[in-house]
Amino acid sequence: MKSVKSMVSRSKRQNFIQRLGFAGMTLAAMVTVTPIILIVILIFWQGAPAISWEFLSGFPREGMRAGGILPAIVGTFWLTLGTGVIAVPLGIGAAIYLAEYSPDSPWTRIIRIAIINLAGIPSVVYGLFGLGLFVLFMRFGTSILAGSLTLAIMTLPVIISTTEEALRAVPNSFRVVSVSLGGTQWQTIRRIVLPQALPGILTGVILGLERAAGETAPILFTVAAFFLPQLPSSVFDGTMALPYHLFVISTQVPGMPLRIQYGTAVVLLTFVLGMNIIATILRSRARARRQW
Amino acid sequence: MSRGTTSHNIPTQEGVENKIIIENLSVAYSDGTESLRKVSLAIPDHAITVLFGPAGGGKSTLLRTINRLNDLADVVHLSGHIWLDGKDLLDPHIDVIALRRQIGMVFARPVVLPMTIHQNLTYGMELAGIRSRDHMEKAIERSLQAAALWDEVRDRLNEPAVALSGGQQQRLCLARVLALEPEVILLDEPTSGLDPISTGKVEASLQELKQHYTIILVPHSIQQAARTADYAAFILDGQLIEYTHGKKIFTNPQDQKTEDYVEGRFG
Repeated sequence: MKSVKSMVSRSKRQNFIQRLGFAGMTLAAMVTVTPIILIVILIFWQGAPAISWEFLSGFPREGMRAGGILPAIVGTFWLTLGTGVIAVPLGIGAAIYLAEYSPDSPWTRIIRIAIINLAGIPSVVYGLFGLGLFVLFMRFGTSILAGSLTLAIMTLPVIISTTEEALRAVPNSFRVVSVSLGGTQWQTIRRIVLPQALPGILTGVILGLERAAGETAPILFTVAAFFLPQLPSSVFDGTMALPYHLFVISTQVPGMPLRIQYGTAVVLLTFVLGMNIIATILRSRARARRQW
Repeated sequence: MSRGTTSHNIPTQEGVENKIIIENLSVAYSDGTESLRKVSLAIPDHAITVLFGPAGGGKSTLLRTINRLNDLADVVHLSGHIWLDGKDLLDPHIDVIALRRQIGMVFARPVVLPMTIHQNLTYGMELAGIRSRDHMEKAIERSLQAAALWDEVRDRLNEPAVALSGGQQQRLCLARVLALEPEVILLDEPTSGLDPISTGKVEASLQELKQHYTIILVPHSIQQAARTADYAAFILDGQLIEYTHGKKIFTNPQDQKTEDYVEGRFG
């Protein structure tokens, strides 16, 4: 009897601990998510009234205190595109090498450690590096090219590691079967592994580019213009960009209407969230279709 | 160097044409598991040769060495020869890709590629550079017929291959190999995950297929070995213990170790 009693009380206690733990983790999740939701709501609440056709398609006027932010939108678009053009092929190529071809040697371990460390470098350091290498040494000047290259280097570790992970997630048995049917390693990668890993790769690419689109420090010294009320006409032009413009109008311009600051934040947030949503849709679609 | 006939020290069956001659084959992996030591045997054409013995004895290694799939594994030592029609398969200069088309393989677990039934069948042919739709459609029907799957899938070739049952998937894997018109088919416990009815279908198609192909089978049970073997080789701890007619090895084994294994005293 006694032992049954003690078992009952033990299971009661375990039940209590279980519920306590569950409550604690729910709380942790709420604490993490609530500020994000509040921030998004606040920004859209305050910024939505500023959004108008003129705001999106016009040039800044009156010391940026009126008019639109078209040059910053266009600049961020080109910078994100440029970053993608440079970082995507390089990153996917490097990931294919690491996941499919490289033997497990000290050399590849060094590469992998280097990539992980690159991901942890503060973005302002990338900015200074870009200034030194691309702007000054290679004489690209403060330009979309220099900015895109800098952002690309910052984005590469994200793209490489997510792509490598996506490639490794493809079951090895597919590779063995493909090779046993007379496939070369490259045919196997191109026809089986890459298509299967594509959703994961795209997710990584979009998340990487999204970070590039929102960064301020790397473009500070390499491309971004304080005030440049015209659209760039070549990759060697500097440009305004949304994150830097937001920084400028929030801190550097006295008498700036709050409305315009929040409006700019809404545009940047929409740009980044939009990419995020696309990544999520791609991932869940692929997961539903996946056959393994 | 090449050779068409066997020398006296290679175990050979009487009165048959040999398709593959394995000579002093030794294989070792870096982790020390499942290796082969000086294995020699001659494998006859148009017959089912069964390799049986306890797990980890080297049967799969032998299969994977024959179509050079072991190139993908961590092999630290490889010596000896495997002659296919007088050509040494282990020659580093051989066209391994063409070889793997010539020597097809079916694995223990059915692995269908993540595409349709039709695409699974055309995959190998497309890699081989075959472009003719007509040729492919004929090969698909012929190989599905041979694998006893045609009647079940003829109307659903464009469905995903994973929608098939396990037994159907394994027969698709067999058909996929047959579509490449190989000369040799290696089967590594092809029925280990299948129910008895599917197993029966696979075994029945093997009996048909041996008219045209050289078949090497690692069975998933002694019973299957006894049912299917024209010739049988008992492999234990990386060595060939006994190699003779299938009927004989299971009813009247010559070696004590074979007898112990066949009668279930170990393994």
